[in-house]
Amino acid sequence: MTKFSLLDHELVPKHEIMSEGELKSVLSKYSIEKEQLPKIKVHDPVIKEIGATVGEVVKIAKKSHTAGEADYYRLVIE
Amino acid sequence: MANVPPIPKRISAIKFGLMSPKEVRKMSATPIITADTYDDDGFPIDMGLMDTKLGVIDPGLRCKTCSGRAGECPGHFGHIELVAPVVHVGFNKIIRKLLRASCRKCSRILLDPAQKQHFMDQLTAVEEIGHRPDDLINEVYKEASKVKICPYCNEEQLDIKFEKPTEYLENGEKLTPTEIRDRFENIPDEDIRVVGMDPNNARPEWMILTVLPVPPVTVRPSITLESGQRSEDDLTHKLVDIIRINQRFQENREAGAPQLIIEDLWELLQYHVTTFFDNSVSGIPPARHRSGRPLKTLSQRLKGKEGRFRGSLSGKRVNFSARTVISPDPNLSINEVGVPIPIARILTVPIIVTPRNIEQLKVYILNGTLIHPGANYVFRPDGRRIKVTEINKEDLAEKIEYSWMVERQLKDGDIVLFNRQPSLHKMSIMAHSVKVLPNKTFRLNPAVCPPYNADFDGDEMNMHALQTEESRAEAKILMRVQENILSPRFGGPIIGGIHDHISGLFLLTRFENRISAKDAFDILRKAKAHELPDPASHDENGIPYWTGKQIFSQILPESLNMGFPAQVCSHCDVCQEEECPNDAYVVIRNGNLLKGTIDEAAIGAFKGKIQERIIKDISSEAGAKFIDDMTKLAIRAIMRTGLSFGIADEDIPKEARIQINEVLGKAEDAVQNLIRSYENKELEPLPGRTLDETIEMSIMQKLGKARDETGNIADSHMGLENSAVIMARSGARGSILNLTQMAACVGQQAVRGERIRRGYAGRTLPHFEAGDLGSDAHGFVKASYKSGLNPTEYFFHAIGGREGLVDTAVRTSQSGYLQRRLVNALQDLEVHYDLTVRDTRGVVVQFKYGEDGIDATKSDFSKPDAIQRIIRSVMNKEAAE
Ligand SMILES: [Mg+2]
Ligand SMILES: [Zn+2]
Ligand SMILES: [Zn+2]
Ligand SMILES: [Zn+2]
Repeated sequence: MTKFSLLDHELVPKHEIMSEGELKSVLSKYSIEKEQLPKIKVHDPVIKEIGATVGEVVKIAKKSHTAGEADYYRLVIE
Repeated sequence: MANVPPIPKRISAIKFGLMSPKEVRKMSATPIITADTYDDDGFPIDMGLMDTKLGVIDPGLRCKTCSGRAGECPGHFGHIELVAPVVHVGFNKIIRKLLRASCRKCSRILLDPAQKQHFMDQLTAVEEIGHRPDDLINEVYKEASKVKICPYCNEEQLDIKFEKPTEYLENGEKLTPTEIRDRFENIPDEDIRVVGMDPNNARPEWMILTVLPVPPVTVRPSITLESGQRSEDDLTHKLVDIIRINQRFQENREAGAPQLIIEDLWELLQYHVTTFFDNSVSGIPPARHRSGRPLKTLSQRLKGKEGRFRGSLSGKRVNFSARTVISPDPNLSINEVGVPIPIARILTVPIIVTPRNIEQLKVYILNGTLIHPGANYVFRPDGRRIKVTEINKEDLAEKIEYSWMVERQLKDGDIVLFNRQPSLHKMSIMAHSVKVLPNKTFRLNPAVCPPYNADFDGDEMNMHALQTEESRAEAKILMRVQENILSPRFGGPIIGGIHDHISGLFLLTRFENRISAKDAFDILRKAKAHELPDPASHDENGIPYWTGKQIFSQILPESLNMGFPAQVCSHCDVCQEEECPNDAYVVIRNGNLLKGTIDEAAIGAFKGKIQERIIKDISSEAGAKFIDDMTKLAIRAIMRTGLSFGIADEDIPKEARIQINEVLGKAEDAVQNLIRSYENKELEPLPGRTLDETIEMSIMQKLGKARDETGNIADSHMGLENSAVIMARSGARGSILNLTQMAACVGQQAVRGERIRRGYAGRTLPHFEAGDLGSDAHGFVKASYKSGLNPTEYFFHAIGGREGLVDTAVRTSQSGYLQRRLVNALQDLEVHYDLTVRDTRGVVVQFKYGEDGIDATKSDFSKPDAIQRIIRSVMNKEAAE
C-alpha cells in the first residue's frame, strides 16, 4: 500500500497550525478566550498529519457554498 | 463577553441511588402511627398523616418543623415503620435478576473470581469511555444465572419463578420478603460491584422496604369542598390503607394469630404498598375509590402524556389564549385575524390608568362584561383584583384612579399571536391585529394559509393575547405577518396568491381582455382604486374599454420595474422575452403591466416574484398592501367570468380516444415483444443490470412513455379554455398529470418504484397465469379515471394508493422526530452583533453566520440577477433624465 498525505485529498481542507501572534489577533477580533473556540481532538487524523499538539489552534480554510472559502479555527484538545 | 470564565461551569455528574432505611428515618420529621387525619375540631392529629410537622397547607397554621407559614414551608417527609418488610415494585425486575444470580445459601454472585475480575475490568473500561454499562451488566446476570452449583459453597441452585410482580417462587415455594432481604444483606460489597451497583449508594437489600417514607402534605394537599367537607388526596387515602393494615398486622402478630392470617395480612400490606407506588402494575388489580375510579398514585402522577414530565414540565397550559376552528375571509388584511365576539369578551389586555386614558377606560368599565368592548377586572394598586359586575360597574368607574389597572376586553387593533400546530418553522406563530367579528370561528385571509399550512376542513388554531407593552412591540416589529412574507429558507415569498387568486388573475390578464368602465370599477372596488387610466381603446360603438393588464396595473406600486418569464412559459430554446408569442414573459414598467400573463410565478405563494420585488425594493408594508389588494382583485376577477370544472371537461373527442387506444395497443405489443425476446434469451442486458432487472426497466419505460403520449393526445384536444388546463398551466391547482389520468390513462401502479409483483406464487391475482409478465398482469391501468377502472385495475390502484398513505404516515412521524432532535440541538445558538454564531457558553459555532454573514431574506437568492437589475434600474433612471 502506498502512503499518501491526507491533506492531498480534495475533500480535506487546508489545515495549518497558527502562530501565537495570529492566534492573539483572532481571539481579540472575536473577544473570546481560547476555550471558546470550536474544538478538535488530537487523535483526529488531520491533526496527527500536521503534527499539532494539545493547546495549539489550527486554522482551516473551509470551502463554503455561500462564501466560497471561509476561515475556521479549532482548538486542539485531548 | 470579556469576563467569561475560561472553563464554563458544568455539571460533572448526577448520582442516583437507593435510599437506605437509615436515611429515610434521618430525613423524617416524624413517625406516622395513626391513620386518622384531623380531630373533631378540624386540627391535624399528632403523628397522623396531616401532622403539622410534615408541613402546612391551611393558611394561618405554622409548620412545627420549620415554623414557616403555608407557602413558605416546603413540606417535610415523615415515615411509617413497616411491621414486616415488603418488596418495592419499582425494583421487582432487578430483585428477580439478583435472586437468580446469587447463591441461595452463601449469597455470593454465582461467578468464579476470574470471571468476576474479567467483568470488573470491562465495567471500568466502559465507564472510562463514558458508555452505558447496561448491556454488559445484563451479560453478568445472564452468565451468573446459568450456574447451577455455587462455586463457593457447592450449594445447588434452585429455579426461581416470578409469579405476580411482587412474588418470587423458589421451586414452587414462596420466598418471603424477609428471606429475600436476608439473602441480599449477605451479598458482599465486592460482588455487588460486579452487577454494576455501588454498595455505598445502593445496597440491594434496600430494594426491600422496612420503612416507608411519607410524602409531605404539600405533595398531597386536601381540598375543602363547598359543602365544608374535606376531600383527601389519593396518596393520603393510600397511606391510610397502609397504616391500617400495618396496625392490624402488628396486633395480630402480637396476639399470636395463626400463620395463615399473618400471611394474608402480609400480602395485603404488600398490595397496598405496591399500589401506593404504582397503581397500574399488570397482574395486580388497581386500587379503586368507592366510586370505582382507580386511584392516582405516585407513578400515575409522573407517567404519560398528562404526567408531570410531559404534561406539567415540558408543556403547560397558558392563560390569555383561545382556540377554535378557522375559516377564510378574503376581506381581512393578511395582517388581521377575525376574532369571534365570545372570545373577545373573555380575553383581556391590562391597561394602566393614566390621565390620557381614564375617560376611555371608564367607558369600558361602564360597558361591563356583557357589552363588547368592556372590562372584566379592575386591579387596585395593592394588587387586589375586583371583578366587574353589572352591580358594581358604576361604582368602579367612579373609583378608578391613576395607577390602577383595568383588564379591558380584546378589541380591534390589538396585537395577538396566532399559531397552528405543528409549529415547524417560525412562520407557524405570527402576530396579527385583531378584528372582532360575529360568529364562532377565527377568520384569516386565505393568502396566509401556506406559512401555517392551514386549510379549512376543520383545522383549529390558537391565539394568544399579549399582556405587556414590550411583548406587543416586539411582536409587532418582528412577528407581524407582513414581516414574515419572505421566508428565510429560500429568500422568496411564502405568502401569496393561492388557488382562485392565481386562476382569477390569469383569466384577467391573459390575452386582450376587453373590460368596460362599469366592470373595471366593479373589479377594482375592493382594492380601493378610485380612478382608471386612459382607456386602452374604443370598441366599434366608440365605447371605451380597458384591458385586464391595465386593471391589474392599478394595484402595482408606481415605482415597480421588472421582467421575468411566467409560469406558462414553455421554456423555448431562445427566450424571446418581450416578444414572447405566448404572452408568457411578464414586463412591468413603472408600475404598469405591459406584457405577459399574471400567474403563479408572479403572485403565487412560494414563487411570487412581484411580492418579493415590492418588499425588497419598497417595504414590507407595501408588500402586504399588494397582497391584500391582489387577493381581493383576483376574487372579483374570477367572479366576473366564473371558473368551474365538471366531468364533461374530461371529455375527449372520439378520434382522440382512438389515438390513445392505438398508443396503448402499440405499447402492449412492444411489451409482448420484449417478453418474447426475454423468453427466447435474446434480450441484451443493460450495463450493470441483470436480465430480470433489464426487462422490468424496459417494460416500465415503454409503458411510462405510452402514458405520457396518451396525456399529450388528450392535452392537445383540451384547449386553453378548459378549466383544468387553466388551473394546471397557471399553477393554481392540479397538474397536467392529474388531467392525463382523468381523461386519458391512469398508467403504471407501482410499489417501491417497481411494477406490482406481490400476491400469489408467480402471479399477482388468480386472474392471470403464473409467470405472465404482461402489462395488465403487473398493474398497468389502461383506463382513465373517467372511463372507469376494471376490477383488476382497481385492485392494483388500491395497492399503489395504499403505499402512498403508508409513506406519508411514516414520513410525518420520522421527520417530526428528526425535527425535534435538530431543534433541541440548535435552539440555544444565537447570532451575535459581530455576526458570530455562539452557544450559551459563548463558544463559537460559526465565525460568520452562514459563512457569508448574509440574511437570506434580503439576499435575492444570491444570484447575479440582482446586479443586472441594479444596472438596468440605474440606466432607466438616466434615460428618464
Ligand atoms: Mg386540514
Ligand atoms: Zn416546614
Ligand atoms: Zn454459595
Ligand atoms: Zn418564453
